[in-house]
Amino acid sequence: MSVITQEQPTQAGERGAIVNDFAINVATVNGSGSQSSNGVLIRSLFKMGIPVTGKNLFPSNIQGLPTWYIIRLSKDGYLARRETTEVQICMNGRTVAEDMAQVAPGGVVLYDDTLPIAARRKDVTYYPMPVKALVKEANLPAKLRDYVANMVYVGVTSWLLGIPLAQIEDALSWVFQGKEKAVALNLDMVKRAYDWAEGNLTKEDPFRVEPMTGFNEGKILVDGNTAAGLGALFNGVQLVAWYPITPSTSVVETMIKHGPKLRTDPETGKATYGIIQAEDELAAIGMVVGAGWAGARAMTATSGPGISLMAEIAGLAYFAEVPSVIWDVQRMGPSTGLPTRTSQGDILSAYYLSHGDTRHVVLFPSTPKECFEFAGTAFDLAERLQTLVFVLSDLDLGMNMHISDPFEYPEKPMDRGKVLSVEDLEKMGASWGRYKDVDGDGIPYRTLPGTKHPLAAYFTRGTGHNEYAQYSERPDDWERNLQRLHRKFETARTLVPEPILHEEADAQIGIISLGTNDPAVQEARDRLAEAGVASSYLRLRALPINGAVREFMARYDKVFVVENNADGQLCQILQTEEPTLASKLISVSKCDGLPLSARWITESIQAHLD
Amino acid sequence: MSNAKKPAVKRPVVPRAPKVNILGLEKSAYKGGPSTLCKGCGHDSISQRITNVAWELGLDQTQVIKMSGIGCSSKTPAYFLGWSHAFNSVHGRMPAITTGAIVANRSLKVIGISGDGDTASIGVGQFKHAMRRNVPMVYIVENNGVYGLTKGQFSATADEGQVLKYHGVNHLPPLDICIEAIVANATFVARSFAGDPKQVEALLKAALSHHGIAVLDIISPCVSFNNHETSTKSYAYGKSHEMPLHQLDFIPPFEDIEIEEYEDELEVEMHDGSILVLKKLAEDHDPTDRYKALETLEKARAEHKFITGLIYIDESRQDLTDLLHLVDTPLSQLPEEKLRPSRQALEELVATF
Repeated sequence: MSVITQEQPTQAGERGAIVNDFAINVATVNGSGSQSSNGVLIRSLFKMGIPVTGKNLFPSNIQGLPTWYIIRLSKDGYLARRETTEVQICMNGRTVAEDMAQVAPGGVVLYDDTLPIAARRKDVTYYPMPVKALVKEANLPAKLRDYVANMVYVGVTSWLLGIPLAQIEDALSWVFQGKEKAVALNLDMVKRAYDWAEGNLTKEDPFRVEPMTGFNEGKILVDGNTAAGLGALFNGVQLVAWYPITPSTSVVETMIKHGPKLRTDPETGKATYGIIQAEDELAAIGMVVGAGWAGARAMTATSGPGISLMAEIAGLAYFAEVPSVIWDVQRMGPSTGLPTRTSQGDILSAYYLSHGDTRHVVLFPSTPKECFEFAGTAFDLAERLQTLVFVLSDLDLGMNMHISDPFEYPEKPMDRGKVLSVEDLEKMGASWGRYKDVDGDGIPYRTLPGTKHPLAAYFTRGTGHNEYAQYSERPDDWERNLQRLHRKFETARTLVPEPILHEEADAQIGIISLGTNDPAVQEARDRLAEAGVASSYLRLRALPINGAVREFMARYDKVFVVENNADGQLCQILQTEEPTLASKLISVSKCDGLPLSARWITESIQAHLD
Repeated sequence: MSNAKKPAVKRPVVPRAPKVNILGLEKSAYKGGPSTLCKGCGHDSISQRITNVAWELGLDQTQVIKMSGIGCSSKTPAYFLGWSHAFNSVHGRMPAITTGAIVANRSLKVIGISGDGDTASIGVGQFKHAMRRNVPMVYIVENNGVYGLTKGQFSATADEGQVLKYHGVNHLPPLDICIEAIVANATFVARSFAGDPKQVEALLKAALSHHGIAVLDIISPCVSFNNHETSTKSYAYGKSHEMPLHQLDFIPPFEDIEIEEYEDELEVEMHDGSILVLKKLAEDHDPTDRYKALETLEKARAEHKFITGLIYIDESRQDLTDLLHLVDTPLSQLPEEKLRPSRQALEELVATF
């Protein structure tokens, strides 16, 4: 092999080195094993101490369609999606022209040398990768060739950017979970590619990586669905009923993987939880509500289309007052097309789900650590409030890798709510009423089936019950019940996680956002500040809102509500909840299947400022 | 009363000991609230059968849950076993809600009540999957071939050729609940007639002792909406009475139809003179033979007869809670220390991320 001559880039040599501050976009074919290669790259960079984030843009397909993995390195710790690509890796012939065209001026293209290159740009440095030849030399079993081929770009990229091979080896061991044979096989391919690059390419671009400190120490790199599944297992989940749906599937698969080790009773060797793959989402939520009624911590994981199927039983859980948890990893819906693209489009439907006069507690985690924590919070709130609780994650949080603080071991005991024992019933006698508001907080006392007392039983219905759970169609009985449910919702306001406030004394505007928009909003605030606009920021972590949110809205003349959906759904809810402040709110919403970027948020806000 | 004829010496009055069961409870302790169904409804006799059997067996009602979906049948759990928790849930979803409840507390005994609309139409998917999972429960279908609560539409078990006032003739073949159950791998399948107290009670007892799902398809005539002579599930009223039967706001007071013991076949004459043919399973019927059970059902269906008795049983399959390998203690009663893994376990996991 010989050095491949190429046109000289116009800018690369003229600038200084660009260290730990650019984005790598890996374009591959779905199902080609690129997930492992990309995992190795991001893990290596994370372990070098570089703030890094990875966004997997993948099709709804098992094999064959194009996939992109975008790794952003940011020495300043910005972890939102970057809108530009500086280093483009081209492994997919079908998208190569488009991929090469979108590289930022001064950027780099690494390409499989068998791909057709239509037009070379003068402002880009090109590096060929003899993928086929290197794989052939490695003399691999035929069935493994295609999978291992992606390690070629790992090797060439490592040489190009300066990722130490020892770091790659550690990352391989992590990705392949210590399986020696797989690690050795893949490492061999990486080394061959690295050596080839070293011997045949000349570095002519400014991009490189350097180990750094001050950001990743004590942090973990993990996806939100893994965090959610583990959070449920550490917070006493007893029944998981689910129907597979992208992008929520890995929440339950985490529990299937870790449950046997974490939740087998050491004395009997038997399980302290059950997982049932239901026939559909209607059955999944039915099982959750049945288990919640009978006294178990029960949850399902789903996404928007599943939520719509669960609507009727969501209402049943609300009116029959049954603890239950829905973990919703939001995506585009309905049906096929964009199920693998992120969205925050379920906010309105989750908050009001069912057939009228229902409002549900909704939690918005923004990091894997919060996913872990909110699994416990959701169960505690569901059992305390005897109601359905939603957790709204999204595809970006759930399926992409994020740098996060480590999960915190739950210190507080589980809140199992107002459940009466046989002794309690002895004391209360016939005065107990299932739907009676004894404490003035709207939350009644319940008994669990199997409580050995003749007074324990009650008859559960959706509607049409009086305080003693007796059948009643009296208007005053039902109206009183609805009033109590409202009181209960007021109690919920005081129990849900408080918003996180970032306030600036001289702030001219307020920003409200939620979930995975957080890194983009934080970065946008820095950009706005550079442009002379100081802002305060409230990250909402739950609905219903409480006083802190109202006060924040009242403090600023303009409050921008930033969210990843088309209709500005959170903005609508805030306007409904606080009608006197509604005119202050400006919706900044976007839905294109991608996580929000700081640039878009900055420009959208600036457009409203004079 | 005439005191003169009484003996002069007073004998001590020994109060007659109330009849109690093994738990020392009178039958009245097993009652529910008063029924709000139409007088003479087959469903009420089924409720009575459940009350009798529970009392006779000495069931601890606090360990029983009564589960139902929506419809006339699903209202009936309010009318028996007043000390048991009940969940009148949503239409067609009783199986899933029960599945969750039994996983939460595997020591509970489940009496599930459904109807032909609840089971064979909106809930047919959940019905089948409950069989497939062998959810430990008694699953009673109070089958009258008609939607009562919405005032008379065909259900999926309505007879072919049956006529309803507003819906005309049913041209679709009925779905046979017992056949569907066996095909879906149910482990106990029986059929009876609401008016046959002896058989219903015998089958209920057997179902309650079954390990797994026990389906009881009980033909239960509707007095109000399926009383036409073209229905095989009718109590229908006689033309000779010349009463305005199809007028929806007038429900005449019917007597319960109760049949005597019979061998082989019995023709039950309905109020309108139409005939329901019950056919007992042959003495040599082997309920463990799945193919035979299906053949018998298909044959009877072709002859427009209802096979009654225990049609199929398979005691070899594990139930859902066995398959989930759950701890013996009900999950709902596990203390927190059994539900929260150790701090060390979390630290070890976090170290891998």
